[in-house]
Amino acid sequence: MNEHVSKSLKPMSEQITYANLLFIGAWTGIVLMLITYFLYVAGIISPHVDIALIIQNWDKGVDEYLKITHTPPGWGWLTLLTKGDFLNFIGLTLIAVLTIICYLFLVVGYKKRNDWVYFFICLTEIVVLTLAASGILGTGGH
Amino acid sequence: MLLKSKIKFLYPIALLVIFFLPLIAAAAEDTAMSGGSNWPWWFWPILLFVFCFALGIIAVLAGVGGGVLYVPLVSGFFPFHIDFVRGAGLMVALAGALAAGPGLLRRNLASLRLALPVALIASTFSIVGAMLGLYLSKINPDIVQVCLGVTIVGIAILILLSKNSEKPVVTCQDAIGLALGISGSCLDEATKEQIHWKTHRTLLGLFMFILIGILAGMFGLGAGWANVPVLNLLLGVPLKISVATSKFLLSITDTSAAWIYMNKGCVIPFIAVPSIIGLMLGSFVGVRLLSIAKPKFIRLMVIFVLLFAGLKAIDKGLGLGILG
Repeated sequence: MNEHVSKSLKPMSEQITYANLLFIGAWTGIVLMLITYFLYVAGIISPHVDIALIIQNWDKGVDEYLKITHTPPGWGWLTLLTKGDFLNFIGLTLIAVLTIICYLFLVVGYKKRNDWVYFFICLTEIVVLTLAASGILGTGGH
Repeated sequence: MLLKSKIKFLYPIALLVIFFLPLIAAAAEDTAMSGGSNWPWWFWPILLFVFCFALGIIAVLAGVGGGVLYVPLVSGFFPFHIDFVRGAGLMVALAGALAAGPGLLRRNLASLRLALPVALIASTFSIVGAMLGLYLSKINPDIVQVCLGVTIVGIAILILLSKNSEKPVVTCQDAIGLALGISGSCLDEATKEQIHWKTHRTLLGLFMFILIGILAGMFGLGAGWANVPVLNLLLGVPLKISVATSKFLLSITDTSAAWIYMNKGCVIPFIAVPSIIGLMLGSFVGVRLLSIAKPKFIRLMVIFVLLFAGLKAIDKGLGLGILG
């Protein structure tokens, strides 16, 4: 295989950085979820919403459920991090935020290459994902 | 050898679990509804974990994502409201896509040039879909249940009828594909031949991802079932690249929708975490089982399960009670 052919089969360096970040982040998130879930269900850290109350109300719509369980929507969980159930959101949030972090590396990579179309695509994607994560769009009152 | 025989042993168990656990869940739901819930709290996470573990095995063997099986089956047979099932379903699909992503990117199977423009459209419209789904659910959750059922039946028919093309022939790349530089090379492992690929009908394909994004966000489904046919049959991307890019794409599309559901409060860790862990472990076992399984049989079984789950969702949404 000549040099040109083998080069075209190789991913760009930012793609490898993206993969490495994804690997570390995804597995850290999963391990965190395992640990925090154990702390929660084993009763080592007391929850904000009692498990019995969850079971009684998980057949209700989200607005009604949040009202009954006094659960804050959006980023309100940050104020309840000392509670076993909300501790689980650390791992869940990590896997949900990973793509945004990875995209930052792509933006840098495409800028270096003067690939302005893909630079703007990545930048717009970061804006879209950040907007979704901000809670401005999805958090309804209850 | 011993490990292989042990894994082989899991295969029929997974099939049995898929068929029988929903019945146990439905029975437990009935008991709870009648006010005589005798099930201890730990019954539910264990049931979800075992069910999702089996689901993970079957999903890999059938070549579908976990989310597309998780949402209709769990919403049909478990007592959770559709809002929480969709929230957990998106996290399940997201975790699976994130775990698969590094390998696909390192081996250059997932194409960034193809994925990035498509992901921008799909992820933007999955936010629209998520907001629409939550709005409809607020008006009447039965509307979402019926729409989900119709979509799932449609997916089953799509899987049944679609014929993928290993190496589609693209004679001339269109202007948009050319302008975006959507092309690449991959190595055929079997023949050691380098395959160059490019796209055609790119604009139509990009429009299709508007619909895919809306459906993914609205029902909390991973959209691999739709991504692959559009990338492969419509855009003309080789099957291997389409499958890998689709999986990587899910990690972006599902992120935006997952945030909408998470911020709304639809992710209950008590339900979501055992589902995610179960499905991921099941997927790893499923990959090992790929060499001994009969994909044709599994595929037919999944089509049957999807059809049944879709009809059950329609039945539940319309309140007919024909399917229990």
